[in-house]
Amino acid sequence: MTIHQDIRDGESRPLREVKPEPQKVLYVPRYTGLQRVNHWITAILFTLLTLSGLAMFTPYLFSLTGLFGGGQATRAIHPWFGVALMVSFALLFLRFWRLNLPNRDDVEWSKRIGDVVTNREDRLPELGKYNAGQKGVFWGQTALISIMFVTGLVIWDQYFYPLTTIETKRWALLAHSLAAVIAIAIIVVHIYAGIWVRGTGRAMMRGTVTGGWAYRHHRKWFRQIVGERPVKTGSIDKRGH
Amino acid sequence: MADYSSLDIRQRSASTETAPAIRHHEEVAKLIDVSKCIGCKACQSACEEWNDLRDDVGINVGVYDNPHDLTAKSWTLMRFAEYENPETNNLEWLIRKDGCMHCTDPGCLKACPSPGAIVQYSNGIVDFIEDHCIGCGYCVKGCPFNIPRISKADNKAYKCTLCSDRVAVGQAPACAKACPTGAIMFGTKDAMIEQAHDRVEDLKSRGFDQAGLYDPKGVGGTHVMYVLHHNDKPHLYNGLPDDPKISPLVAFWKGGAKMFGLATMGFAAVAGFFHYVTAGPNEVVPEEEEEAIDLKEGREHRGSRDDRPSA
Repeated sequence: MTIHQDIRDGESRPLREVKPEPQKVLYVPRYTGLQRVNHWITAILFTLLTLSGLAMFTPYLFSLTGLFGGGQATRAIHPWFGVALMVSFALLFLRFWRLNLPNRDDVEWSKRIGDVVTNREDRLPELGKYNAGQKGVFWGQTALISIMFVTGLVIWDQYFYPLTTIETKRWALLAHSLAAVIAIAIIVVHIYAGIWVRGTGRAMMRGTVTGGWAYRHHRKWFRQIVGERPVKTGSIDKRGH
Repeated sequence: MADYSSLDIRQRSASTETAPAIRHHEEVAKLIDVSKCIGCKACQSACEEWNDLRDDVGINVGVYDNPHDLTAKSWTLMRFAEYENPETNNLEWLIRKDGCMHCTDPGCLKACPSPGAIVQYSNGIVDFIEDHCIGCGYCVKGCPFNIPRISKADNKAYKCTLCSDRVAVGQAPACAKACPTGAIMFGTKDAMIEQAHDRVEDLKSRGFDQAGLYDPKGVGGTHVMYVLHHNDKPHLYNGLPDDPKISPLVAFWKGGAKMFGLATMGFAAVAGFFHYVTAGPNEVVPEEEEEAIDLKEGREHRGSRDDRPSA
């Protein structure tokens, strides 16, 4: 094993990691295990639908059919992924719709979108569990997934061909693909927000966020949580459950 | 359907490769003279025979059309219409041999997402290559004539091939060969147009003032053409479209929507990347962790929220 030496100031000494006092950190529960499983099943299905759908959307991406065992298999499986996503998303919807109802804070938050994107949280109102952007993702996906489900049934020729006219199917095909690209773009933003706003990922991976995260981004929700139930404290190098 | 090695391909679905262009092939066409058709269905039989297809036995519902519609196994069909001409008070039996029109600008090919599942040969024939077909049914939506049918047996699309296998070796399509009245003719497109003009002239001399050649420009012309006694009203012939063209919905879906889609998704990803590069991550600072603990424990805040360092 090599022992690294710090020789910058002429003196030679072993390079050691400086260990500060472990900071006390609060962990706040944000999602239950079931909610996380539900979210990730939906996310996996959305990914599979994106890959198989884009394969049939543009010839440039037709090679994605290889991931699903060829064109016929992709065509056959895509609608079933869709049905599964509809069920999975419906459960998410039932769990979270109430928390995503718009309120006055959302208006204020939206007006200060410039501060949002420049990380000036100190200029934003205190927020409940979700901000207007998160609510936008929720309602956007609700609308778009509903559109894609209905139009998807219309163009599911294997089972529903005789039920609609060809002209209806043309409308459905166009609506389905437009809804899909908008939904995918929203999900790209959703994923990016999870990367950009540090500490968010653990909410969906571990179920908890740090107190600081809750305090910084969703203080109204945080006040509610600490008022209602006890929150565990621990040092940062422990698992925050 | 055909082994197309002896035919060059001019257009190939979902492909960007350049078509081979060193050889010149005459455009071919089938000319169906509706005024000479007697509705014997020899063409239907010949089609089944040559292409080795046996459609299921159907049910007689009291009309001449048999089968009732095109199917994955019936690629051509005599459609019978009874028309009372208000000008002459005559009952006219308008019999049209339905099937693929082999458009110069084929909506099926444009809609198809699978590379090489639909091709157009340099002689103008549009052919489905079934082993590349994924059964999505986009061709059905792309077609202005409602021709392709998806088989329940193998989830693949089928339609008239214009006997591309026969044409490739210098033979006429099976239906043309079998027609007892010569109502179905086959040759180069130029020769067929010339032939049609003779027929139209003849029909006009017999009192069909509106007789004409059906070679619709909306799809760039077709490689199956009709001589109609009432070319001003093609819809009389069992709903033959008056002015067929690729639906604007399909054109937008395969054109603008595709570009819009790729641009939207690409923009979202690129915008995210550049936002990160400029604004940077939104991080919780240690003071906020402390504030959170204080707030939970009901202690006084050590500082107001405005003077904390902003990330």
